[in-house]
Amino acid sequence: MTMPTPYFPPLSAARLLSTAVLGFVLLMVFGYLAPKWMISLATLALANGLVSLGILIMMRSGVVPFGQGLVFAAGGYAAALAFKYFGVRDALLLCMLGGMTGLLVAAPFAPLLARYRGIFFAMLSLSLSMVLYGILMKTDALGGSDGFNVSRPTLLGMTAPEQRPEMLLWGVTAFFTCVLATLVRLYCNSSRGLLSLSVRENELRVEYLGSSVVNIVAWNYVMAAFLGGVGGVLSVLALGHIEPNFAYWTTSGEFVFVAILAGQHSVLAVLASSFVLELVRSFSSAYFPNTWQFALGLFLLLVIRFLPEGLGSLMHWRQKSARN
Amino acid sequence: MNLLLTILFDGITYASWLFVVALGLTLVFGVLKILNIAHGSFYAVGAYAGASLVGWVLSMKVSPALGVVALVMAAVGVAALVAPLTERGLLRMFYGRDEVLLVLVTYALFLMLEDVMKMIWGVNPYYVSDTYQAFGNIELGGLSYVGYDILLIGVAVVCGLITWWVLNHTRKGKIVTAVIHSPEVASSMGVKVSRIYTGAFTAGVFLAAVGGALTAPMISVQPGLSVGVIITSFAVVIIGGLGSIEGAAIGALVVGLARAASVHIWPPAELFSIYVVMATILVFKPEGLFQRTQARKI
Repeated sequence: MTMPTPYFPPLSAARLLSTAVLGFVLLMVFGYLAPKWMISLATLALANGLVSLGILIMMRSGVVPFGQGLVFAAGGYAAALAFKYFGVRDALLLCMLGGMTGLLVAAPFAPLLARYRGIFFAMLSLSLSMVLYGILMKTDALGGSDGFNVSRPTLLGMTAPEQRPEMLLWGVTAFFTCVLATLVRLYCNSSRGLLSLSVRENELRVEYLGSSVVNIVAWNYVMAAFLGGVGGVLSVLALGHIEPNFAYWTTSGEFVFVAILAGQHSVLAVLASSFVLELVRSFSSAYFPNTWQFALGLFLLLVIRFLPEGLGSLMHWRQKSARN
Repeated sequence: MNLLLTILFDGITYASWLFVVALGLTLVFGVLKILNIAHGSFYAVGAYAGASLVGWVLSMKVSPALGVVALVMAAVGVAALVAPLTERGLLRMFYGRDEVLLVLVTYALFLMLEDVMKMIWGVNPYYVSDTYQAFGNIELGGLSYVGYDILLIGVAVVCGLITWWVLNHTRKGKIVTAVIHSPEVASSMGVKVSRIYTGAFTAGVFLAAVGGALTAPMISVQPGLSVGVIITSFAVVIIGGLGSIEGAAIGALVVGLARAASVHIWPPAELFSIYVVMATILVFKPEGLFQRTQARKI
């Protein structure tokens, strides 16, 4: 059995824009109503979700990168270093810097990686992230294996409110999530985005039709890298700390698992799955401190068993029911 | 010259147990088409079971050298218990699903086994170095080599030869090859494919467990063993080419020598030398050293 084609239903630009604005407003309202721990958890979940959104783009072209830790760490370290050594404290600037660093780090490798498929693509991308991990571990100037701390960012000259300091970063995270998710949704239904699906189905046909498969996969990888870099910055700012584990293969693996857990039916499903996974992890470690990995593994198995097309298939099912 | 010999011996020793583990991984992939992330957990379970059994055997005041028998028996026990349970109880439910989903299933299993091991063996390290020291040292060319390391190299050669011989020169092996090429056709010819799957998976788990058990006397057995091993084993089979025994052997040697060279020449590179080598090989041989390039579909 193969996965069904992840074709997103068409959505007008106006409707997409209004959905993004509504999403941002709802996220801000959620921020004001939810307890502090929930906001911290949701900030991390959305940051990781952005990296997984990049993986969704890659998966639509038939490849699964197991080394997004490369751009996640590159973006995170760039922002953390700019914060520590150059006094760049603005969260928006840091996110853009992280995203661009992720993009620039990935760009030289993109044409090379685009020639690979399947496990070979996964392992080559993984090896790049593990090389960065090794370098970070051994570079004392970057904090070595301990990494280093980063304090609270500012936003357009404003400092975080004393009562709810987490709200500043939450606002920035909500903003970037809504903007980038909207752009990803737009891209997926663009002619180039749809060509990615064709690459997955049959790349030789795409080439017969005059498009360059390598070009499509390489650009998808670069876009995913930007998302990964921004995710890395938001994670660093949320945690207040960065360390080489950002580039470790298990970190990359988790992004892939969120993307697979979500399925390929919707952009929203990826962000929701990231949140669900963080929630399950958080509750498991709180209530089953010695067996939280067992609980997480069991949860994954149950989802795969009963929702083989991912959590997103629940939304897909609702759409199908509505059509019927 | 001495440095070169040391690198060579250290590299081959590291490659020996890694080859045994990677052989299991490549066998399971070859037959069941599953990239088994939980393979690293089976290695760790083998190490724990081996350490426990050796500890128990040595408490009866027998020769520490007999610990090797206990280690192999522990691996047999792990394979007999864990493999059918995993293959029949879990993996069978997901056969025919997307390959990526199967990787996710084994990742979930990997997470669960991490905690199961902590529940059974706790978080304190186990040491069974008596067996490691029991084989003494061997002087060769002015250098001293640990006897247990040489034994390990021998075990790896034997495991490789037996697997190669069974697959290429026995009736069972030919049936397995038929199942690898087409389970449907093999099934229509009367082959019980599900039994072949269970057998191949059990052999794969045994190889992982015996690799873990035999390394137990060389290391401190503690939580976190599986994470490092699985990714290095993946590197080995990718370098060699998935599903190839010769590839796993060459891949293990390449990884072992790269690691040993970095340890002795430039220690900071130890953490990433394997990945640099893997990336370099993949650049020139995109599907590994022993894998034929697949034709693209039209």
